[in-house]
Amino acid sequence: MSNQKTITVAVTGLNNIDSPGPGVSVIRGIKDSGLNARIIGLAYENLEPGIYMPGLVDKTYLIPFPSTGSEAFIDRLAYINEKEGLDIIIPNFDSELYLFIKYSDQLLNMGIHTFLPTLKQFEERHKDNLPEYGEKYGIKMPVSKAIQNSKELSNLPKPLSYPYYIKGKFYEAFKVNNNNQAVSYFNRLSAKWGLPVVVQQAINGTEVNVIVLGDGEGNTVSAVAMRKQYITDKGKAWGGITINDERLLEITHDIIKKTKWRGAMELEMIKTDEGEYYLIEINPRIPAWVYLAVGAGQNIPEMVCRLAMGEKVIPVTEYEYGKMFIRYSWDLIGDISDFEKIIIFGEL
Amino acid sequence: MSKLNSLAISENGFIFKPSTGESFTTNEIGLLIISFLKQGKTADEIINEITKEFDVDAISAGRDLYEYLDFLKREKMLD
Repeated sequence: MSNQKTITVAVTGLNNIDSPGPGVSVIRGIKDSGLNARIIGLAYENLEPGIYMPGLVDKTYLIPFPSTGSEAFIDRLAYINEKEGLDIIIPNFDSELYLFIKYSDQLLNMGIHTFLPTLKQFEERHKDNLPEYGEKYGIKMPVSKAIQNSKELSNLPKPLSYPYYIKGKFYEAFKVNNNNQAVSYFNRLSAKWGLPVVVQQAINGTEVNVIVLGDGEGNTVSAVAMRKQYITDKGKAWGGITINDERLLEITHDIIKKTKWRGAMELEMIKTDEGEYYLIEINPRIPAWVYLAVGAGQNIPEMVCRLAMGEKVIPVTEYEYGKMFIRYSWDLIGDISDFEKIIIFGEL
Repeated sequence: MSKLNSLAISENGFIFKPSTGESFTTNEIGLLIISFLKQGKTADEIINEITKEFDVDAISAGRDLYEYLDFLKREKMLD
């Protein structure tokens, strides 16, 4: 343990399930770092595994879903801050980012630091804005269209054709080959994540991903490229390996330079057999596989904490290629009294 | 760096391609061919080395070599 001042870091995304939130990996990164950190878990559901994992969080609080409204959300954070004296919050869900960004100044007044993109940066990379985004920043993207009504699916503009992906506003994507499938998935995705639903042309190739951290001034502080080796039926990586794809990293640096992105993000790209790269999605936060980047030599959660606290972080370019992660599931044995505390008091 | 030199190759015949994350396995002759290619030997020189190292005639060695070169090119491991 270092002698430096203890910082208290609150982290969301403790749902380490088959479609895992990034929280547990973020916390592992912080614990592996030189930071002297106390970890506060923020959970939306009382069965998020991270609440119960031994040695992971010092304390967990339930927080209201962002859809409950900003007042309840901020009030709860104020209560937690009063109890714990938070220094940093690292939000890890797309659906909560809007509130954290919008109220970042208010949080700062409470002494809570964040390191997040601006609202403009966050909004312009939404799935339904990707074509404009690609045009503005000179990034190649598959043809896509935001759909408000399932009737639009039978009359998609050219050159959109089967197979294509139909994607939820925040999460989930399905490959479809006919209109019946498309309508069925449209109804499912719009009911779950709201409108619009995005239709995106499928591109043949290999999916490659990059986790990247921008300093908000156009500099890439950290970037690690990965290829998924095993993908679950939910489209999540269950195994992956770091790669040395120079062109991919060049594109990444260029995006950060042009957008001046502040904070972490994940770029999801398709590399075709001809060596062309298509950006299919930008996740505006740390991805769940961040611990692979830590293992490969770039501790992004630590860097996010340092940047949030106003420290200067020297950009890192080196990392180890051929580092792998393999997820696994593990049955934790808990006690009903812990569950009771979360249910009754909303904290554990 | 040439494509071949960027590969990580173990003596057990495991090839890791860092640019894509793909991995392959190869046999003893494959390992030998890669090693000679890295040394800059010509096809004729490699065929000659294979016939010296293994109990195989020049025609079979040549066939093996060109098949293996096709594989390396197809997988974009050779310039």
